[in-house]
Amino acid sequence: MEILVCVKRVPDTSENEIEINAEGNDIKRDDLVYSVNEWDNYAVEEAIQIVDRVGGSVTVVTIGSEEDADTLRREIAMGANKGVLISDEVFDGSDGRGIAAILKAFVEKDAYDLILSGAQAEAGLAQTGGMLAAMLDYPFASLVNSIEILEGNKLRIGREIDGGNKEIHEIDLPCVLSIQTGINEPRYVGIRGIRKAASMDIPTLQASDLGIDMRFVGRSAARVKRTDYFVPATGEGAEMLTGDTEEVVERLVDILKAKGGIK
Amino acid sequence: MPALITSPARCVYGVIPGPILFSAITLIGIACFAYIVAKRLVPLARGEHDPRFDRLNVRLAKVLKYWLGQWKQPRYPTAGILHIILFAGFVVLAIRSISLVMTGIFEDFVVPGLSGYAGHIYNVVKDYAVTGVFISAAIAAIRRSVFKPERYSVPAKYGKDHTAEAVLVLALIAALMVSESLFEASEAYGWTPNGQVTESPALFSLAWIFKCALVSTSVHTLQLLHLSAYFVHEITFFFFLCFLPMGKHFHVITSLFNVYLMKLDRGSVKPAKWSIPDEKLDEVESLGVKQFEDFTWKHMLDFYSCADCGRCSDNCPANASGRPLSPRFITIKARDYCFQHYPVHGIPGESHALVGGIYSEDEIWSCTTCGACEEECPLMIEYIDKIVDMRRGMVDDGNVPRSLQKPLKALENRGNPYGKMEKNRADWTKKEDFQGTCRVRILNEKNKAETLYFVDSITSYDDRIQDIARATSRILDRFGREFGILGAMEKDSGHEVRRFGEEMLFISLRDQNIDAIKACGASEIVTADPHAYNALRNDYGGKGLPPVKHISETIAEQIRRGRIHLNPVQDPNRIYTYHDPCYLGRHNRIYDAPREVLDAIPGLKRVEMVRCRDRSFCCGGGGLMLFYEPEEEQRIGVLRVKMAAEAGADVIVTACPFCLVNMEDAIKVAGMEGKMTAIDLTELVERHLALQEQ
Repeated sequence: MEILVCVKRVPDTSENEIEINAEGNDIKRDDLVYSVNEWDNYAVEEAIQIVDRVGGSVTVVTIGSEEDADTLRREIAMGANKGVLISDEVFDGSDGRGIAAILKAFVEKDAYDLILSGAQAEAGLAQTGGMLAAMLDYPFASLVNSIEILEGNKLRIGREIDGGNKEIHEIDLPCVLSIQTGINEPRYVGIRGIRKAASMDIPTLQASDLGIDMRFVGRSAARVKRTDYFVPATGEGAEMLTGDTEEVVERLVDILKAKGGIK
Repeated sequence: MPALITSPARCVYGVIPGPILFSAITLIGIACFAYIVAKRLVPLARGEHDPRFDRLNVRLAKVLKYWLGQWKQPRYPTAGILHIILFAGFVVLAIRSISLVMTGIFEDFVVPGLSGYAGHIYNVVKDYAVTGVFISAAIAAIRRSVFKPERYSVPAKYGKDHTAEAVLVLALIAALMVSESLFEASEAYGWTPNGQVTESPALFSLAWIFKCALVSTSVHTLQLLHLSAYFVHEITFFFFLCFLPMGKHFHVITSLFNVYLMKLDRGSVKPAKWSIPDEKLDEVESLGVKQFEDFTWKHMLDFYSCADCGRCSDNCPANASGRPLSPRFITIKARDYCFQHYPVHGIPGESHALVGGIYSEDEIWSCTTCGACEEECPLMIEYIDKIVDMRRGMVDDGNVPRSLQKPLKALENRGNPYGKMEKNRADWTKKEDFQGTCRVRILNEKNKAETLYFVDSITSYDDRIQDIARATSRILDRFGREFGILGAMEKDSGHEVRRFGEEMLFISLRDQNIDAIKACGASEIVTADPHAYNALRNDYGGKGLPPVKHISETIAEQIRRGRIHLNPVQDPNRIYTYHDPCYLGRHNRIYDAPREVLDAIPGLKRVEMVRCRDRSFCCGGGGLMLFYEPEEEQRIGVLRVKMAAEAGADVIVTACPFCLVNMEDAIKVAGMEGKMTAIDLTELVERHLALQEQ
């Protein structure tokens, strides 16, 4: 199975002190540590596991700058077979539709059976996967948390829905799926793996290499833009129980019962 | 003068003369033994490189102490004394056994050097050796089959009970002793009627008792007994010899080699590959131990050498807290695997992954690397290096628990496991009531000082533990030393990164620290974190760094010189106990300095826990172990806090930031708040610092 995984490099929330910029619509981006978007990482792991089971290859693609090539190398270190960077100044400021249009042009250059993306990333409105599917006229499912390969070019996929319930669907290939975290346990990528992949050549494509519908691409084409960004105040909504251990436990049990947490 | 009893060599068995029969038995016995041992060496030849032939004199001294001297045996008095008697008996009787075997072939064989007077003395000694071994074997058999000490039991998940094998071997030993004694007793009688002055068994020895019992036996029966005893001894001896390499009694043969080849560098972890320098590790196909053949040949010899005595697991904190790890079965399972895959008959089987096969992932992650198992092992079997090697294998395969992936990635990106910003590493110096009263300089190429205080990650970033950094600084300040820290240039020491198997990340952190330390020009390093201490001293070794001291050593030294004085204890009603951190105590043998410091506080009442010094019980593990979520029945730290309470203490003093975290957590978990407190040695000293005498 030929699988394409669309990934994005994002600031790592666990390793940065997120501060808002002066305009209040983005975070300060100097001295930030970036890593691959968490959801995308699950998607790559899932792709690798599928290929381990049924054969084929995993291609990882990202849209960005030269620095984003490191993200691809990390995913290659993880086990992806190939990474492609799509990079062009004209892409700057694209919204989800723009990104989907670029990816559509890339997908059409090759034949992929399955296209995975993370369910969401920063600044994407969780729309790219769905839009890409629509542009390609492929079937689509979001928030997928299990994938099983069936005979006859089909997948059986699971989605978690309200109340922790799970629904199962059959979907025809080729298709686009956006992946929910928890679908698997992504493997650790060690320094040795990263260094081994460090010398790997990452092919870079520009707008001119792809037949992109430029009507959708770039800042001027974007129809969605972020206007605010803030870190919610901590502490609100949390009730701290006080007293000795027994009192606290008793009170906690009462609350959990009252809220339906335990029966 | 003809003997009444004919010797085994002179008899004819059927049509076969004695010397031919016994030559044949001997040759077959030795050939079988050689074949089995050769088969046992096959996996060793496939094992990884491991240099163990250096420092000849040190190694010989270890053999004298740990092998011949049985140094560790008395740590378990009953089993230890029994073993010392058995061992000493075996050493003495090795000569007798050879001599007996040879007697069947050459009637008048005498071991060179044992004719005449020396021979008489030897015979007396060996008579008592035989008796001692017989009694010990009998007691041991009763112990194992009737009293069944807990540490020999085999939990169901680890397979079948091992008592049968143990008792069989004890029976074989007893058979050897009885047959030897009977052989001698019947022989002694055989000679007596001629009025010859012959060697009589030593008074009250087993042979002497037999001799007394045989007082009215006919010569014919004596002859029959004599030959039967010889025959039984001969067969048992060679059966025993060939049986040894089939199980846990292989240690009878391998122990000498295993002790000679033991690891000499305490506290260190073996390199990922002995044969490959750090900078070439990127190029190797696979790193760490993934299948059996990835172990070094010495580690395989460890597996052969385990006597299944259970002392390792009896002392293992992971085992005690119900984590899925028992060091004893790390070895036993590997040995079973090895015997199965490298059979005595047939060709080696196909290799399988160890983790996911005989070991579970949690088993390998459960180890705190406290070293209690290695400290206890009488055979000097290594565990930490094997666990680390297997973790390296898991890391190489990307098989790392989620709980550890985040801190590892943060260490890669930010140089600390919390993902905090590098620029905030020295923020602990900025606390209001501290900043104005104690100056902590940031050292670098331009701003140098004599003493570098290496803080490490937890002490730099953890709100509670930062108190240790401030206490340490105040103490160093009081010494009147020019000191400073590396600030943002300091990276995590990588101590646990290495022990959790991420060797490449460790190397990167180490190299960054070495550059920063060298640049700051300090002539000594002080740290309050035993993990950092061990890293700098034993992991960074040979890289031209200044000497490193733990703060407890520095304080003790200053007290000895009369340079600082401590006030009388603030709370004279409390009872203090000192908890030895693994990486200060066992791994670096610093037991006395912290106690000296405590005892320098006038009026401080101190008690020892039963498990102290080299038998100290881990707090639960430091560094990345704080992030790992093990399966366990209870926290290791809770067990430890209860031990302190049992000792009658209500203050646990430790000298390690991780111990402090674990102890304070455990006090809460155990519901002992208000009854027990934990404090770091530096905090206690800081509170008792007397005003400088002018």
